[in-house]
Amino acid sequence: MVSIEEFTSLLAAEFEDIDPQTITPATNYREIKNWSSMYALIIIAFVDANYDVQLNADNLKNSQTIKDIYDIVLSKQP
Amino acid sequence: MALLNSYNISIKGIAACVPKDKELTKNYTLFSEDERALFIKSVGITERRVAPFEITTSDMCFCAAEKLISDLNWDKKEIGCVIFVSQSPDYLLPATSIILQHRLGLSKDTMAFDVSLGCSGYVYGLQLMAGIISGGQIKKGLLLVGDKSTLSTYYEDKSTYPLFGDAGTATAIEFDEQASSIYFNLQSDGGGEDAIKILDGAARNTVRDDTFDIKEIEPGIKRSRRHLILNGIDIFNFALKEVTPNINELFQFAGIEKDSVDYFLFHQANRLINESVRKKLKVLDIAKVPYSINLFGNTSSASIPLTMVTQLKSNLQKNNTLLLSGFGVGFSWASCLFKTGNIYCSDLIEIG
Repeated sequence: MVSIEEFTSLLAAEFEDIDPQTITPATNYREIKNWSSMYALIIIAFVDANYDVQLNADNLKNSQTIKDIYDIVLSKQP
Repeated sequence: MALLNSYNISIKGIAACVPKDKELTKNYTLFSEDERALFIKSVGITERRVAPFEITTSDMCFCAAEKLISDLNWDKKEIGCVIFVSQSPDYLLPATSIILQHRLGLSKDTMAFDVSLGCSGYVYGLQLMAGIISGGQIKKGLLLVGDKSTLSTYYEDKSTYPLFGDAGTATAIEFDEQASSIYFNLQSDGGGEDAIKILDGAARNTVRDDTFDIKEIEPGIKRSRRHLILNGIDIFNFALKEVTPNINELFQFAGIEKDSVDYFLFHQANRLINESVRKKLKVLDIAKVPYSINLFGNTSSASIPLTMVTQLKSNLQKNNTLLLSGFGVGFSWASCLFKTGNIYCSDLIEIG
């Protein structure tokens, strides 16, 4: 598994219209400018493709920050 | 395990019909500028066709069937089976397939029945028709597949309204002892029944006092109990989890190499889903995965034949190996794999 910093910058790159500098592990991803449910799908697809982990609706509901997602991925990784 | 194969079946032709009226994503007022740009890029829909009140799925399937029968020079007397796959029938009863048998002027010796499936419906319909035709007693069948999904979406629900388009299709299937096998993998999981649902109007909840009341579910999502509910995250996770193993199992069952497939025809629900499936299958050549979602939106069970007619057309008139995969409401998902003979595609029909 990559470091939290690398995970954050890779994920930030998926949000193409957002300045990656503004995203840190502590960023509450729902507060990203113009956040919409489509970003949730982009996060799910990113995690599935790169780490073979499925984030379900509860995982997302119970997470706030990029670090929360990273921790869920770590705990669910095969 | 519903891994099956059918013999002596040939797909002779496909026709598709859409309403001429377009709705453009850029005109959808519930999206902000940024949301709209992200939607067009990730979901992949720039425009959709929307049928007016007086046009139903069966009207579109009727026009597609008439054109296909005439293009193929089929004798209507020889058509022995009509299957209508749709979740937008003309009436609660009788079955729409029976109405279409009469309207198309087919013989009273025609067997006709409806199948209530959505996104997986084209592949399921092919399997059912294959089962009926492969014995050789009935030589020709018409598979009529489509939906008027815009019936059930509410403008102020941005989780559904900008996604769906209307379309009806017809596929001509014939007994053919020279044809290669068609392999199928059909699955279902009713545990996902709530992910895509219309609550009221059928037997479980008929029509209640509040059936047509519009309620705000969350910001940007207003609808009644008669409108379509769509839980994007659950569906997305379902598709990521189930579609690739289903297809890989089918390759193994058929003993056909993934690399020999010329086209992967996926249900057109969401570009992001299909791109994820493509990458999981390790299909690197994007030309093998055609899209029609940009022009027609999610057309439910019609999306695979509509993609074949609009994106492949003359390329289907060669010997190709095709992988078809439909997945969604139910949950229900199914794939099939076969080598084509010449499949004739009629020109796209526009009505209304």
